[in-house]
Amino acid sequence: MTITVNRRPVEHVEGETVGDLLKRMKYSFPLVVVKIDGRVIAKSAFSSTPIEDGSSVDVIHLTSGG
Amino acid sequence: MSEECLNHAETARTIGRGNGPFITGNTERTHDIDRLRSGHKVLAEYTFERKPVKRGYAGRILYVNLTDLEIREIPLTSDVKEKFTGGKGFGLKMTWDLMGPDTRWNDPENILALNSGPLNGTTQYSGMGKCLSTTVSPSTNIICDSNAGGYFAPYLKFSGFDSLILQGKAREDILVFIDGTAGKVTIETAPYEETNSHLLSEQLTYMYAAEDSESARQKVAVVSAGKGSENSYWGILNISFYDPRRRVTRMKQHGRGGLGTVFRDKKLKALVARIEGFNGMTNDPQDIDRITETGIKHNREIRDLDMHENNMRTVGTGNLVEIMDAYDLLPTENYRFGSFPKASRIYSTRFYKRFTQGIPDGCWYGCNIACSKAVDGFVLRTGPYKGERVTVDGPEYETIGGGANMSVWDVDWILEFNFYCDTYGLDTISTATAIAFYMEMYEYGILNKERCDGLELCFGNAEAVLEFLHRIASGDRSEFIQVASKGVRRMKDHLIAKGWGDPDLIENCGMEVKGLEYSEYVCKESLAQQGGYALASKGPQHDEAWLIFMDMVNNQIPTFKDKAEALHYFPIWRTWFAIVGLCKLPWNDIVPADNASTDEPAKIPEHVRNYAEIMSGILGREITPQDLMDQSERVYNWQRAMNVWMGKGRRKDDIPPYRSMGPVTEMEYLSRKDRYDNQLKELVGISPEELSSMSVADRIRVLREHRYEEYNKLVDAVYYRRGWTPNGVPSPKKMRELGFSDEKEMLEMLQKAIDDDDAAGLNVWGGSYGEGDEIPCDDPRYWE
Ligand code: SF4
Repeated sequence: MTITVNRRPVEHVEGETVGDLLKRMKYSFPLVVVKIDGRVIAKSAFSSTPIEDGSSVDVIHLTSGG
Repeated sequence: MSEECLNHAETARTIGRGNGPFITGNTERTHDIDRLRSGHKVLAEYTFERKPVKRGYAGRILYVNLTDLEIREIPLTSDVKEKFTGGKGFGLKMTWDLMGPDTRWNDPENILALNSGPLNGTTQYSGMGKCLSTTVSPSTNIICDSNAGGYFAPYLKFSGFDSLILQGKAREDILVFIDGTAGKVTIETAPYEETNSHLLSEQLTYMYAAEDSESARQKVAVVSAGKGSENSYWGILNISFYDPRRRVTRMKQHGRGGLGTVFRDKKLKALVARIEGFNGMTNDPQDIDRITETGIKHNREIRDLDMHENNMRTVGTGNLVEIMDAYDLLPTENYRFGSFPKASRIYSTRFYKRFTQGIPDGCWYGCNIACSKAVDGFVLRTGPYKGERVTVDGPEYETIGGGANMSVWDVDWILEFNFYCDTYGLDTISTATAIAFYMEMYEYGILNKERCDGLELCFGNAEAVLEFLHRIASGDRSEFIQVASKGVRRMKDHLIAKGWGDPDLIENCGMEVKGLEYSEYVCKESLAQQGGYALASKGPQHDEAWLIFMDMVNNQIPTFKDKAEALHYFPIWRTWFAIVGLCKLPWNDIVPADNASTDEPAKIPEHVRNYAEIMSGILGREITPQDLMDQSERVYNWQRAMNVWMGKGRRKDDIPPYRSMGPVTEMEYLSRKDRYDNQLKELVGISPEELSSMSVADRIRVLREHRYEEYNKLVDAVYYRRGWTPNGVPSPKKMRELGFSDEKEMLEMLQKAIDDDDAAGLNVWGGSYGEGDEIPCDDPRYWE
């Protein structure tokens, strides 16, 4: 039961949504782009989009800093 | 703002002002402008023909020699415009033309150049008023460039000059006044004014305003430093912008590299520029509609998205504190750790309550990001202005991060530190990073109260830090203050020369490269950012590259080649802002709603296209995003070539201290033991059995060998990608490709450096490549 997050293996949690995953990974940066198997997930759908076992999730933090 | 502060501000606003004695919006301090003015003696005067800006360029450079009191114009040739674009490009070119390679920061020959840029002064798009300055830095003895907002650069250009070149040294305190309305430049003595910036910039704003009105004061821009600049290597330049709502002369800072130290060494007390009658067309764009449309689109993004993205309009760059803490990147205790249990005490939510909200806070007209937050009516607790009420500009992320690095978790204290650094003309970054290093040395007993001349500089001792600042500004001659105020590199040399500690430990812990202190991010887990810092032309400042998320979190650049590509693209792209006179924040601190669906979201492609649009609209010819990169790549390589010329542009100069790469001490290793143990297993290939028999010291040693090996391979890949030799020298072939075929002296200098490296056997890869390892290039003489 694993998914990958940014190409690193992470345990899959049944029923977990994108929003839950971001919390679990402590990804609090607001400027993120989330893709599941290459499909962009709208920010408004983070809390309603479940992550299936085996998914490849990309959480792209956009460059910031001074 | 507290009720008390509001009452005070109200009182102050009701008090009449004039060009005689007046009371400021904050301090209730009276300045006798007539007396101050009576000390001014005009030493030199130059009248120039007023000419309008043409398509973004004034077409002239103003040269002022402070030794000879010479003032003259240097025409801007089309060749220089084509090859160097503007901003720091002009500063570098003029420095190359007018100065020798052995010039040190305090030689009269040293040039301090303040530059605008072709897009500078535009008001239809956010962030278009930055001043880009260059000089030989006291910290590094190579060229340091620094950018700041405020009104000076646009006013300089609207007065008729793309750059101001200052050379020589005055014999007494002077100021240079550029009167763009009258077409006159004067060098004047300035004996009676204050030196510290918050007072000096206010005095001069009132003195040089054409009349006693808020709008007249807005047309004056003052550049100043402070007593701290005089007595340390951390001098900054404060650039003013008069804020009519607060009735306060506010300031933005040229922070890095000691520009203020050079300024005061030249006995410059201030620069003043005054210009009347400018507007959104003064930069003479060829197609104003094109620029306005692009600006409107961008402003809509800011209006609709900022509150959901970085919240820059309410808390400025301070929003990064909580982010950095969450990702283990907030430097604490001299970068030993990246997060701290007390960090929430200095989160932006705490500063939000102090910032005066609802006032447009842009540092140039038309900036809708408006991140220049300020705390009004702040009462100082220490120092020469104890008890006075002041406006504190900022603090920005780096200053708050500096507080974390010294382990001070107190909002009020950070505000006081910020205020005094600014008015004394001290760089908050270098000051905090250096003090954090001294604190760590104190903890190990390498420094102690006696060696610190009575200061108990242990982590968290906030009062000692402020006393340290006040002693620097007062010109304290004790040995400790004399060495400590020159920064980490000089302190390392001092400690080692005294035999006070293990030289390896001292070298590893002091966070500097090339002599400049690191800015406030922990980059131990991002190899790309280790390169981003240590390979940066001026020294470890994050404005060239901030790759930590791309590398460490996103895992988007896993190979050396990927990292090298990022370390090619981003430094060049970010340099572009410094050659056209812009602020970077409107590029990447707000992103379009559909940015996610673009091919390369990290580059924010729509905003890059915006800049090409604006540049096309101003210059009146089509400019593509690739053209912007080409403009920048030329200047980027020229600066590296100048580093070679001045003796600091080789691989040996690009090596980071180990604290920026991994755990130096056992405590650091143990604080993230699982992380490092896993890396030894997964990345180095140590079996669990072997690992369990290794001491912590052995684990640190093996991890360190691994990380330095990785770093050397990264540097190989980056140098190759940039077209530099394996020892870091831009090749003449590369320089010709960039368009520098006629710059014979530069090409010969580089060829000689390469020949010398050949003779010394230095033109070889730094990494060790075994069978199956990918080397950057098969051709051993690829640069020829
Ligand atoms: S974004 Fe902030 S720093 Fe940049 S120009 Fe605007 S107000 Fe100034």
